[in-house]
Amino acid sequence: MTEDLERLQKEAEAELSASKTEEELFAFRTRYLGRKGILTGLLRNVANVAPEERPRFGKRCNEIKAALTGKIEKALLEMAFRKKDGELLKEKIDVTLPGRRVRHGRLHPITMVREEICRIFAGLGFAIVEGPEVEKDYYNFEALNIPKDHPARDMQDTFYVEDDIVLRTHTSPVQVRTMEKQRPPVRILSPGRVYRPDSDISHTPMFHQIEGLLVDRGITFGNLKGVLTSFLQQMFGEETALRFRPSFFPFTEPSAEVDIRCVMCNGAGCQVCGQSGWLEILGAGMVDPAVFENVGYDSEEVSGFAFGLGLERIAMLKYGISDIRLFFENDRRFLEQF
Amino acid sequence: MQLSYRWLKDYVDIDLTPTELADLLTMTGLEVEAVHEKAPAFTGVVTANISSIKPHPHADKLSLCEVSTGEAVYPVVCGAPNIRVDDIVPLAKVGAGLPGGLTIRKAEIRGVVSEGMLCSEKELGIGEDETGVMILSRGTDRSGCGFAAEMAPGKDLAVALDLQDAIFEIGITPNRSDCLSVIGVAREIAALTGRELRYPDLSVREGEEDIVGLTSVEIVDSDLCPRYTARIIKDVNIMPSPLWMRLRLEAAGLRAINGVVDVTNFVMMELGQPLHAFDHRLLAEGRIVVRRARRGEAFTTLDGKDRTLGSDTLMICDGLKPVAIGGIMGGLNSEVAEDTRTILLESAYFNPTSIRRTSRSLAISTDASFRFERGVDPEGVTRALDRAASLMAAIAGGRVCKNIIDCYPRKISTPRDIPLRVTRANEILGTDLNAGEVTGILERLAMSVDSKNGEEGIYRVTPPTFRVDIAREIDLIEEVARVYGYERIPVTHPVVCAMPVVGGRKNCVEETIRRMLRGGGYSEVITYSFVSPEAVNVLGLAGEDERHRMVRIRNPFTEDQAVMRTTIIYSLLETMRKNARAGCFDLKIFETGKVFFATNAGELPREANRVGGLLTGLRYDDLWHFTDLPADFYDLKGVLENIFAGLRISDVKFDASDGEAFLHPGRSCGIYAGDRYVGFLGEVHQDVLSRMDLKNRSHVFEIDIDILADIFSDRVVYSEISKFPSSSRDVAFLVEEQLEADKMIDIARRAGEDLLEKVSIFDVYQGKGIPLGLKSIGLRFSYRSFQRTLTDDEINLVHGRIVKTMVASTGAKIRGEER
Repeated sequence: MTEDLERLQKEAEAELSASKTEEELFAFRTRYLGRKGILTGLLRNVANVAPEERPRFGKRCNEIKAALTGKIEKALLEMAFRKKDGELLKEKIDVTLPGRRVRHGRLHPITMVREEICRIFAGLGFAIVEGPEVEKDYYNFEALNIPKDHPARDMQDTFYVEDDIVLRTHTSPVQVRTMEKQRPPVRILSPGRVYRPDSDISHTPMFHQIEGLLVDRGITFGNLKGVLTSFLQQMFGEETALRFRPSFFPFTEPSAEVDIRCVMCNGAGCQVCGQSGWLEILGAGMVDPAVFENVGYDSEEVSGFAFGLGLERIAMLKYGISDIRLFFENDRRFLEQF
Repeated sequence: MQLSYRWLKDYVDIDLTPTELADLLTMTGLEVEAVHEKAPAFTGVVTANISSIKPHPHADKLSLCEVSTGEAVYPVVCGAPNIRVDDIVPLAKVGAGLPGGLTIRKAEIRGVVSEGMLCSEKELGIGEDETGVMILSRGTDRSGCGFAAEMAPGKDLAVALDLQDAIFEIGITPNRSDCLSVIGVAREIAALTGRELRYPDLSVREGEEDIVGLTSVEIVDSDLCPRYTARIIKDVNIMPSPLWMRLRLEAAGLRAINGVVDVTNFVMMELGQPLHAFDHRLLAEGRIVVRRARRGEAFTTLDGKDRTLGSDTLMICDGLKPVAIGGIMGGLNSEVAEDTRTILLESAYFNPTSIRRTSRSLAISTDASFRFERGVDPEGVTRALDRAASLMAAIAGGRVCKNIIDCYPRKISTPRDIPLRVTRANEILGTDLNAGEVTGILERLAMSVDSKNGEEGIYRVTPPTFRVDIAREIDLIEEVARVYGYERIPVTHPVVCAMPVVGGRKNCVEETIRRMLRGGGYSEVITYSFVSPEAVNVLGLAGEDERHRMVRIRNPFTEDQAVMRTTIIYSLLETMRKNARAGCFDLKIFETGKVFFATNAGELPREANRVGGLLTGLRYDDLWHFTDLPADFYDLKGVLENIFAGLRISDVKFDASDGEAFLHPGRSCGIYAGDRYVGFLGEVHQDVLSRMDLKNRSHVFEIDIDILADIFSDRVVYSEISKFPSSSRDVAFLVEEQLEADKMIDIARRAGEDLLEKVSIFDVYQGKGIPLGLKSIGLRFSYRSFQRTLTDDEINLVHGRIVKTMVASTGAKIRGEER
């Protein structure tokens, strides 16, 4: 008798899982669990079972009934979901169509580089200052220890407005203007446009520089190396190798050019670095005592360093741009890459 | 400057490869910008001795030679007439390669076998001479051609002529005039590597005749020429210089001319002192007078150009007339020619500032002027004179007359006894060098260091006369740092006081503007600050408009970049034009930058920071979501409203009565913040578009960042929000089409009803159903109280009052109640 019961459960479950529609499920429920259903009938006829087996038989019957009831309910619920989904699927959309996007504009790559540099130096306590772009000869040259009729003027071809008024050739005049207004200590960064009559694949008559100046007691060339090393490693990566080599700027002494390991070939030598493995990245040096004298600072009391770099150069290296003129053509296809 | 590795080795022993040497120089301040390996243009050419010459049996102009390399004898057919038995000549053996891709093969020439070719300079790519076979040495004189190595047969010609070289391109900074010569760089190498410098032989074999009877030198303007020395070399023969010299000159990037001129150039390159050779017979009265030019004096320089001179130009004259522009260029009238027999050789020191001024005003820059304006060694003047005289005698076969003229009326002062504190050097560099290290470096650089008669730790340093750049303590410290090695100076971080970093208001405004514009879909452009002077006319600005006050550049790059801009609009339209040419007609761009207004002569212009924007083409990208809607005025205005909101400037007015000539008269306005004018906004006038060859409608704005920086607020004050619901009433008013919506909003607000929380425009309509000349403006009035939920009655009461005021003030009708 009990074996029959077990067979019955197997058959019922097989039949249940074969039921595909609500109707079939309802019929199944009636057939097994209804008032005249098979299980109901078995329970009703419990008297036919041997007395000692009855409790076990009854219990088993009820277990099977509960199991089947639960399965039917679950199946009905699933079926209801499927039915709803079927209706929703009629509203199916093409998810691969492009989204309705409010396109953000892009910043010019020069601005991106400038902001990055300013952010790095802001962390070191450098304040942003600006100066005029049409500048007095005095600030652009003489106060920076570049007298008239001096060969050092050859280093920077100049646009003239009047005999003593020029388009600034570098951001260095801001050094002088700042020191004239402010007593030490000074810690400034000055970005801006500068101008030189020159035009080819690596020169445009207008370009951008950032000038930095730090003046305080006891500032050394070692400090210059420290600050610029941490700047360049933040800019180009912690592993960036760099070298400082002697150079000449009239307004700093000792002066240095700072090179980084070529970011293209990693020092192996390529076209970008002219096979040298190094890229000239910025000019720097200890502020020349003559400049301090011009602004009324006592060079025995304070010392400092200054540095300057071209933003186009950095942007070209960072983004792999080979022609500087692209920055100022403002072709939308160029601008939208940044 | 171009410099030969081989040539350097004449003066100093170098154990470094060219690349290593380049690195050493670069790291000590002479930047080697490039190293070019130089190899001969031929292969397989050897030196050979001509053992016999016989006429060719079948050709009159050819001869049949037997040439020997010592190991083998080759029959060679040759057409050159200049060969003799026992000459050492270049033999291109069978298999040799010559410039131009020529390969030598065994050949039969008119029935005679030839196993090679005797070559001319030109055929070897060594020089220009193609008149005959290159004679390496003749007869018993085996030293030929001035090469150190003896010419023997059977040697590789490239080795025998020392043709394997490396050429350095060195960027010499303006302070290092002492390195504008081979000896200068060799001296630097000697100092850095601890080797000895070998000076060339400076001795002169003088003849009997004394210079005194032949010429004289008179310096009238000694301020411009403190020292002038001269020698006379007689009986020279003007011929090409020997190969060794021509090779040296070529390596230095100079062209060989003739023996005499080549010597002056050679010595300039070798010692750094420019020289000039005059044909003595062309000097009137045979003498030299150094004086300023007369104003307007005319003179023809060696390059054949006629020059008009200013009165501050220093001239080298003879007894009557100018013969050279001192230190810059010689004259055509005293040039050394083929028949020149007597040379007056000049070696002088000119005032650097004067040379520079003249060179710039005449726009002539020569190797000589380049060196003089940077400063030559005042004590090197006679050394170079002697070296050149003796070379001329050797090369051009001249006789050097006895004695020199050394006219030195004004002592050229060179710095002496510069005080140097070792402590100071360490303070500046951040090093811990001891006195021995510091003075040791200076002494290697040929400075004399004196520690006597001074305080403890202070040295008196006298630099050599060729180091014209060293005059101060800091100059000495730089030398110490340079030679010690920048890479050895320890990297440290400065100890500085913690000052607050104050960001400027201007930068703050600019950042907000950039953020808002980017968010609105506008991309940043950067255009040149200079524009065409025509820009203001293209924009049609009235004559009295201040934007006509443009700053003009005297030496513009092109006329299109001749003035500083007074508005950003023109640059943006230009950008639109460039993009249109590239096929892009949809643009949303902006630029921040300065505009410049000329003030009085001698004063700096007024600079103002502006931001300008331009919108043209479709409102949205050409995508499937949207129909192609052209962007219009309100798109751009919306972005501006965002900017003002971002800057918390609330009192902004757009005033249509304030037009710009280059904007559409009915679709433009001035922008005011409070009562301050901050800029304008509008559609670009059709006339301007057509003048710029543009077709599509475009909209622009420009606002002043400096004014916004003045008035913007970064203060945020929270205002209470009500807990009670709001209720709104919509009304469509029929008003005159000229009535500005802003006025209606104003009227509603001024009605003074506290319960009116907000009034907004939900609809603007003109057209079907609306009488001509009128428009419908739909206003939505929202009411809310802070104390309670408003009842309909309460709202209707207030609303009725407002609508009544509106109707009374504007003459509006309410739509739906027109009758």
